[in-house]
Amino acid sequence: MKANIYVSPKKTVLDPQGATIRAALAGLGFGGVETVRQGKYFQILLSSNLTPAQAREQVERIAREVLTNPVIEEFTFQIEE
Amino acid sequence: MKFGVVVFPGSNCDHDAYCAAEIMGQEAQFLWHESRDLQGSDVVILPGGFSYGDYLRTGAIARFAPILSSIKEFASRGGLVIGICNGFQILLEAGLLPGAMLRNRNLKFICRQVNIRVENAFTSFTNACSERQVLQVPIAHAEGNYFADPDTLIGLENSGQIVFRYCTPSGEITPEANPNGSLNNIAGIMSRKGNVLGMMPHPERACNPLLGSSDGRLIFASLIRAISLMGASKPELIKAR
Amino acid sequence: MPSITAELVEQHHLIPEEYQKILEILGREPTITELGIFSVMWSEHCSYKSSRVHLKRLPTRGEAVVQGPGENAGIIDIGHGYVCAFKIESHNHPSFVEPFQGAATGVGGILRDIFTMGARPIAIMDSLRFGPIAESGFAGPPGTKPVNAYFNRRILRGVVSGIAHYGNCFGVPTIGGEAVFEPCYQNNPLVNAFALGIAKKDQIFYGRAGGSGNPVIYVGAKTGKDGIHGASLLASSEFSGSDGQQKRPNVQVGDPFLEKLLLEACLKAMQTGAVVGIQDMGAAGLTCSTCEMGGRGGTGIEIELDRVPQRETGMSSYEIMLSESQERMLLVAQRGREEEVYQVFRKWGLDAVEIGTVIDKPVLRVRQHGELVAEIPNDALTEEAPVYNRPIASPQRIVPLDPSVRIHARTGDELAQDLLKLLSAPAIASKRWIYEQYDTMVRTNTAVGPGSDAALLHVKETGQGLAMALDGNGRYCFLDPRRGARLAVAESSRNVSVTGARPLAATNCLNFGNPEKPEIMWQFYEVVEGIREACEALQIPITGGNVSFYNETDGRGIYPTPVLGIVGVLNRVESHVTLTFPEEGLTILLLGKHNISQQDFEIIFGSSQYAQTVLQSIWGLPPDVDLEREKKVQACCRQLIQAGLVRSAHDISDGGLAVAVAECCFGKNVGATIEIAQNENPLQWLFSEDPSQIMVTVHLDQVAETSRIAGQYNLSVAVLGTTGGNSLKISFDRQPLFEVPISLMKNLYESALEAAIEKI
Repeated sequence: MKANIYVSPKKTVLDPQGATIRAALAGLGFGGVETVRQGKYFQILLSSNLTPAQAREQVERIAREVLTNPVIEEFTFQIEE
Repeated sequence: MKFGVVVFPGSNCDHDAYCAAEIMGQEAQFLWHESRDLQGSDVVILPGGFSYGDYLRTGAIARFAPILSSIKEFASRGGLVIGICNGFQILLEAGLLPGAMLRNRNLKFICRQVNIRVENAFTSFTNACSERQVLQVPIAHAEGNYFADPDTLIGLENSGQIVFRYCTPSGEITPEANPNGSLNNIAGIMSRKGNVLGMMPHPERACNPLLGSSDGRLIFASLIRAISLMGASKPELIKAR
Repeated sequence: MPSITAELVEQHHLIPEEYQKILEILGREPTITELGIFSVMWSEHCSYKSSRVHLKRLPTRGEAVVQGPGENAGIIDIGHGYVCAFKIESHNHPSFVEPFQGAATGVGGILRDIFTMGARPIAIMDSLRFGPIAESGFAGPPGTKPVNAYFNRRILRGVVSGIAHYGNCFGVPTIGGEAVFEPCYQNNPLVNAFALGIAKKDQIFYGRAGGSGNPVIYVGAKTGKDGIHGASLLASSEFSGSDGQQKRPNVQVGDPFLEKLLLEACLKAMQTGAVVGIQDMGAAGLTCSTCEMGGRGGTGIEIELDRVPQRETGMSSYEIMLSESQERMLLVAQRGREEEVYQVFRKWGLDAVEIGTVIDKPVLRVRQHGELVAEIPNDALTEEAPVYNRPIASPQRIVPLDPSVRIHARTGDELAQDLLKLLSAPAIASKRWIYEQYDTMVRTNTAVGPGSDAALLHVKETGQGLAMALDGNGRYCFLDPRRGARLAVAESSRNVSVTGARPLAATNCLNFGNPEKPEIMWQFYEVVEGIREACEALQIPITGGNVSFYNETDGRGIYPTPVLGIVGVLNRVESHVTLTFPEEGLTILLLGKHNISQQDFEIIFGSSQYAQTVLQSIWGLPPDVDLEREKKVQACCRQLIQAGLVRSAHDISDGGLAVAVAECCFGKNVGATIEIAQNENPLQWLFSEDPSQIMVTVHLDQVAETSRIAGQYNLSVAVLGTTGGNSLKISFDRQPLFEVPISLMKNLYESALEAAIEKI
């Protein structure tokens, strides 16, 4: 089983990296870009012994307790197979 | 009195903090991250560096270190803790101080001398400074852009928890004097109880005039005074206003 | 196992004669693994086959030298029971292919070279060269390709953040260096990284495998397929236009955090007394470290590859032996005391594995799954590797000797504009944008950081100051390699002397084009001669360094670019001075002022920054430094500083006297009033780059004493003017020539580089 976890800055938090990328894109002539948010992507391989429910629970805890800082970041995840 | 300096594998300002304590004529000792023993330290310093490489987020893994649980317990009893640079980031991640660090506004590591203004001189960390005194202390970080939600920020402002702000040499708080984009020019904050301080500038790098400034000594001198007061009339701590 | 075809030999960059030699040495056909081992060890990068015969001429002995060339780093004695280890090394090709990782791993490599010797690194400096970062400007000598400033800025940004990433995390301050912009470096940036460390004199370690039967221990990162034939082959052949992309997978990825752990663990392990010898795995990885350690120890090393920690499954013996994965060390411990070593590495969370043993027979013996895959005499790979005395031919000059533009007399306003133009040229302007990204202060020893003539570190253990400077000038060397090399040594040494420190020893990084071309070999020969002459005259031995050939893209070589790193010591760090005018009312003196004829001036002016930036031209020859006078000027300056007479000191170099005075005004916003005598040519006086001159400030009542001491050295002292005010005022023949506010000059000087780089 594989978990894909996406961590991104909260909408209310200024994302200086995203803002810089947006400015660069505008400079390069990509006029249609309104905002860019830069985040992180984690791929976690899980033991096949876990039930889907256990896997979801573990991944959610990993994402909440370790991979994100709740003050500035939020996350979503999916589990494959 | 004893300064305990925490050593994570990626700490790199641990020796500098140790030397600063020695310059101030105090005893210093290293505290290994895997230990839970604070060895009777009167004050604990979380020094700068990259704790565990900081690949996930600065300080994100360090908060799980065994030594951190002892530090939390020490702080809850009113023990003095100071986190400098990466140490500040760890205190935020560990929940000992509110808020979080974003990358610097210009996305670069910045190392330079800055000016900070003492916003509250009635603390265990600043009692040797005068109110609104401007100190010259260097910064060296890539993530020192302090962020907190509006309610937290108002709380910090109203309870005198903001200890230092970036300022001009004459003490004005201006956007130009803010090196990294921190909200309200915040350079250092303390806990509500007033015994845990986090600051991005490095006072341990400003203890020798040969290196450009010795203003950092005021912070160590303040700690020494606070500890001796605590020893005399414990457990009364100097409280935030 | 494939049999060795001529094609395979060629793919390994071995010529038929070299392959014949391999057959003779082994007395049989090599295995594919052996062929790979020979090809990396006999590559230009590892064997120095084109440069060895010439490098032998360099002076390497001196009273302070503890370890000269041949080890991982040179070592000098600084007294009080301490030594310092230092070295410079190039990472040019990897930094072109992938600027961030290339530069980062360059820093990682040089740091390992230092702590391998038992020394804790305390300083990094970097000498960087890029193509122009502004669209307009000097386009280079005839035949230079059009400037692609966007591309050059991208490389610069990548290199700087790579250095910052590695050095900052590792926790060693980056305290100086240089950044130069010339069209010839457009497709061949130079990244030369210098590091310095200190150790107790009785705790030096060497890369020697001693004691038959002792365990050979592998420490650090796992071995992966990255970097196979990386530095050793990248740095031993030219690029063609499209190679950049194709060669990308060869560049390794650095992990400064892991290296920090390695540093702490290795220094601790050395303290146990159980370590016999230690060497890092850099270029040519496991191959180079095993045969070199055996070679130096007069022993052999036998290893079993199955025991080597591997990041991927199914790696062949060829891949494991040639991998250039970063952050790995090889050490030999005393049999029976291994556990003491393992314990240290465990504490730091590092893998330490016994992969083999020291044997009596002086060979490198490699097994995989118990089977022998390679056995080669150490000497065949090291001492007896091919050496070439390649043909030499002096090239046709492609720029004229005489001025290609007429040098008109300039009005005061024009001269002021020229000065502002020079102050905002990327080569002269403040490098703040670069060095503020480096942690310049960690370890709290930095008494003088970047932006000065030399950096100065406080040695806490002894109270001394250690001054260090990196200097090179490719443009000078292009116009005359020998004169240019002499100037590089003289300037680097002078930069150390103006702090008050006495230069002790040097390391050099020699960056050149393809040595198979006789005219490149001529440049190399001349540069080595120039360095030899200057080092002998100034009594500065060379303790090591590195040669980087094949700095060519599409057949066009870079300017010949020797970079000198000189280290000096000051007995009490507090006695140093800096270039900044400390206060108003001081007398500004020029030590070693000398006059040259109008004709000589016109020839040497073509090598100046003024010719390049203002006239956008190049011609002539660099100045011919008088080494005897140079030595006296430096010695005199040091004596004046030690006597406490001098309040500030700055040498005259890029941009001439005018730029030098301006730079002294910025630190404390103290201006100056300068008088040019009636018999001088103001243009020459302001912008000529005559060497062997140092500008100092003294109190008015100490001018006489200063002149008296200078007289003992047979040196003339010219009074230039006085410090004070908030502008730079220049008058000529008692008439005002121009006046520029410090704020205007400083603003341009501070912001020019940032303005050029931050363009998207």
